Amino acid sequence: MEGTKTNKIRYLSIGLFVIVIAIMPLVARSRYYVTIGNFIGIYGIVAMGLALLIGYAGQVSMAQAAFYGIGAYTSAILTTQVGLNPWLTMVAGAILSAGVAGIIGVPLLKLEGHVLAVATLALSIVVSTFFVELRPLTGGYDGIGGIPRLSVGGFMLKADFHYYYLIWAFLFFLFILSHNIVHSRVGRALRSIHRFSGGSEMGAESLGISPTKYKVQIFMLSAAYASIAGSLYAHWVTFINPDPFGIFISILMLIMVTIGGMGSLWGAIIGSCLVFLSGELFREMVPRLIPGASGEMEMIAYGLILILILLFMPRGLVSAPALFKSWAAKATRKASG
Amino acid sequence: MANAEQNSVAVHAQQKIRPSGSDSLELREVSKAFGGLIAVHQVSFVIHPGEIVALIGPNGSGKTTIFNLISGFLSPTHGEIWFEERNLKGLPAHRITSLGIGRTFQNLQVFTNMSVVENVMAGRHLRSKAGLLRTAFRLPPTQVEEKGIFEAALGKLAMVGLETESFTPPLSLPYGKQKLLEIARALATEPKLLLMDEPAGGLSTQEIEDLARLICLIQDRGITVLLVEHRMELAMGIADRVVVLNFGEKIAEGTPDEVQANEQVITAYLGEEF
Repeated sequence: MEGTKTNKIRYLSIGLFVIVIAIMPLVARSRYYVTIGNFIGIYGIVAMGLALLIGYAGQVSMAQAAFYGIGAYTSAILTTQVGLNPWLTMVAGAILSAGVAGIIGVPLLKLEGHVLAVATLALSIVVSTFFVELRPLTGGYDGIGGIPRLSVGGFMLKADFHYYYLIWAFLFFLFILSHNIVHSRVGRALRSIHRFSGGSEMGAESLGISPTKYKVQIFMLSAAYASIAGSLYAHWVTFINPDPFGIFISILMLIMVTIGGMGSLWGAIIGSCLVFLSGELFREMVPRLIPGASGEMEMIAYGLILILILLFMPRGLVSAPALFKSWAAKATRKASG
Repeated sequence: MANAEQNSVAVHAQQKIRPSGSDSLELREVSKAFGGLIAVHQVSFVIHPGEIVALIGPNGSGKTTIFNLISGFLSPTHGEIWFEERNLKGLPAHRITSLGIGRTFQNLQVFTNMSVVENVMAGRHLRSKAGLLRTAFRLPPTQVEEKGIFEAALGKLAMVGLETESFTPPLSLPYGKQKLLEIARALATEPKLLLMDEPAGGLSTQEIEDLARLICLIQDRGITVLLVEHRMELAMGIADRVVVLNFGEKIAEGTPDEVQANEQVITAYLGEEF
């Protein structure tokens, strides 16, 4: 087979990546880095769902933070007020999120264009208003505290690094599921309807593939991913309020996917790393360089990074190796010619 | 007004007493208007199972519109289309494919974001079942199904002579081979009726000869073929029957010889070619 060399490189880089992720908390010896690792993993899960939606169904959702919030609130409410098992509430959240996505997706995804983006923008506003205003359930701005921890086989996960391993285990598991989907009958159906990457809806329909069906399914899946990430977040920090589920976080997810590379599962993880780390860096650096500047400067940084990526690497950071290769080839051709 | 109502009653009665299903496809006074432009006007014809029928006519005579009506990408303004005892009215394109109508396109609709064999594998969609969850977990039955999809796709590629190019990106194939790829992909749905929209368009004389052999091979496999053709040599050479359109209306129907001798056809179509 021709692909064995690239396959070897691929497996090697995956192995290396897993090792780095696995030993990071042992080497870092600081809660701060573990916390950042947790957030990168959680956002990575949400971004992965969104990358599937954008890259394979050609649709944009502005409500990923809302689904992330539905997961977190479902877990929080059902554990603290009903006393259900946390794992069960995670499943309940995922089903609820997928259900909401299905209900708005079925009528909307029959239409052409970016109606889903606009509708999910509205959904995002509605859902975050619910989090604030449904006080008896959500506690309003005060949020919900005392969310129980998750336990695995009788062992209760308490420390941040416990959650670190749990979150990254989930991320890898969902990565494998997504990878399988993409390289299968359903993945082919999705690529066949994806006009912007070379598919053709007409061609797909002539083969009996229903474009709406698969767009809806992927939208539901992306909602479920976000919801699972939200549940993990809720059980890790044990306290939630409406803040991290607003429209800004949804936009941040879009930025992650765009920077990493739309339609690439790796891109979602890389994007999550980069956006989160650069955010931390800017929050740290900017007040030092410009006295009096607030941490909000990070938004300017995100904007700048996004513009640079779109200008020079429109297919995201995952396309960087191929780009460098073609630049290098051009340079050698110039040098020799 | 009253007349129209009478007509619709008559059509309704006709539906009920529809004779036994010896037809593959039947168009009944099908019309299609785009705003004020009448692209197809009261066209009726029947295709019998196992036939090769060519739909010919000058540019703009409504051939591709009829294809899009049959395959469900457009719906008729008036009239009905029946396929094997079933009225296709209101069915979306992907449902019509599932009834057994496959098609190729005049402007190629090859998926350029996958390899040649994956294009054909996408064509096995209706012949396989694994959904989102089953593909996510890739359990043994799903793997077996995937292998079956792959092998069936290779078989269809071998049939059109593209098996050696299975793993190349479709855009690196010459135009003629991309057309063959579309045929293989449509065949992968295992259609009973294959609609081919200008299969010979843009092909060399040698390629057209190969294509003619391929179409006869498809017919030998028991698939009924309806092709739209602009190039007379292919249509007249292999079709059992020919339907001639001009300005959206059917002006003649018959064997290639009959049609070629038809005065109206000669003035409308052949006159400008020869």
